Amino acid sequence: MVRERPRSLLPLVIVGIAVGYALLLLIAPLVAIVQNALADGLQPVIDTLTEPNVVHALEITFAMTVGAVIINTVFGLITAWVLVRQRFLGKTILNTLVDIPFVFSPVIAGYALIVLFGRNGWLAPSLIPIVFALPGILLAKTFVSLPFVTREVGPVLETLEPEPEQAAYVIGASQWKTFRAIIFPEIWPGLLYGIVLTLARALGEFGAVAVVSGGIEGRTETATMFVFRALSDRNDAAAYSVSLLLGLIAVFVLVALRLVRRGMKSSHRKG
Amino acid sequence: MAARSLQIPWGAWGLRLAAVGYIGAFVAVPVVVIIIQGFRGGLEAFVDALSSPAAVSAIVLTVWTSAIMTVINMVMGTITAFALVRYEFPGRDLLNTLVDLPFAVPTLVTGVMLVVLYGPQTFIGEFFDNLGLRIIFAPPGIVLALLFVGYPFVIRAVQPVLEVLDANQQEAARTLGASEWTIFRRIIFPVIRPAIIAGGLLSFARSLGEFGAIIIVSGNIPMRSQTATVYLYAQVEAGNLQAASAVSLVLVVIAVMTTLAIDRSGVRRRG
Repeated sequence: MVRERPRSLLPLVIVGIAVGYALLLLIAPLVAIVQNALADGLQPVIDTLTEPNVVHALEITFAMTVGAVIINTVFGLITAWVLVRQRFLGKTILNTLVDIPFVFSPVIAGYALIVLFGRNGWLAPSLIPIVFALPGILLAKTFVSLPFVTREVGPVLETLEPEPEQAAYVIGASQWKTFRAIIFPEIWPGLLYGIVLTLARALGEFGAVAVVSGGIEGRTETATMFVFRALSDRNDAAAYSVSLLLGLIAVFVLVALRLVRRGMKSSHRKG
Repeated sequence: MAARSLQIPWGAWGLRLAAVGYIGAFVAVPVVVIIIQGFRGGLEAFVDALSSPAAVSAIVLTVWTSAIMTVINMVMGTITAFALVRYEFPGRDLLNTLVDLPFAVPTLVTGVMLVVLYGPQTFIGEFFDNLGLRIIFAPPGIVLALLFVGYPFVIRAVQPVLEVLDANQQEAARTLGASEWTIFRRIIFPVIRPAIIAGGLLSFARSLGEFGAIIIVSGNIPMRSQTATVYLYAQVEAGNLQAASAVSLVLVVIAVMTTLAIDRSGVRRRG
């Protein structure tokens, strides 16, 4: 589609509203947090980010996020494959369930974990502590970021041409080899896009983790929970510093998404 | 190819089992837990928990702030999608990338950013305070937070539909002397309407469960600015499980109904 340059009044108004709204709603808050966090220069931010409590919070945030991303990448890929390539009873239900974490409040997800694994939970005396411990954080992060890989890979799998795959089988390639050599290169950009979205969602999760982890300082406190506690303690500077870091990561995520999307477009042009 | 899958039937079965087990454990179990827990004390206890004034006011506040957000989001999202698809302007590419910002920023950080910009101690906050309009720690702040979080949904739903719109029809209408407004109302709007509704509903479902941004901007004042998820969080923390279960169930039912409505609108969605 050819885009026109806005010359007459109506297009200018439309573009003006769109840009103005984005500036007010998205850009202004971003600028405000950067300005406030850096009000006294970079040193206080660095001091906050190197505090043992903050370092620990960042460590468990990243470790549990990586865990959630691995689980959701492996099983999300399998789920996308099964939903596109297989027919079986209950497939529609499975397909609907995948989207549930998009509309299920994270607080409710955390609460469900408490009901299951809490002190008086249904599965109470479990072998390893889950609630108020790291496994609970991992489960919470995995739940909230679950749909992305399946939903990004699925549509790509659906549009795949069958011929190259059949040709590979004809010349005697194994299923695994066919997947690696023929299918994987096609779904790779979509998979990467899904992984980046999963990462962003898991990293920034607050509600589910807040309910399930108890936010024990220096033990089960994640980065977002540190921000929340710092605000409650009126330690605004520390809250802004960690917010700044998380916001910076978000901008990196955006750039990554942009690059992957550009890659998708060029690979489509080739095909 | 069929013969080959027959050679190792356990391969297909193994994958199916993995997918069903994954979605079952991570999604179906929490949903079932919330439903059973909601009715555990019997219908009477459920109704009792829901008839507390604080619970009612929290659910009502959540629904009306989400509804206002949805209406604004549908209008602004359509305008933004229009600007992005139709017109070439400086910063168009940047704006298109920024649309995904709310997916990348942790919602708790969204709350922090909004308080930093619009809080009562800031220039803007003070300005509105003097006009008698409090933004942060009041319902307008909640709507603002939901607008940020819901920003991408309508745009990303409408954009692809506008991209493939038939230009010939519009050209024909223009030749016959139709005004731009008539062309939009009679030709463009009927085609993009399902996408606008689907995007709007998705952002509505999303905001019912929003927690991180709201707990920061709402001030958490019972009966005034306490939303359903914040109320839920307070009940879980206080160990008041009956109330928590009842409110969870109501939120899940509204969210699932909204999802079904989106499915019926027949538009493919993405997170």
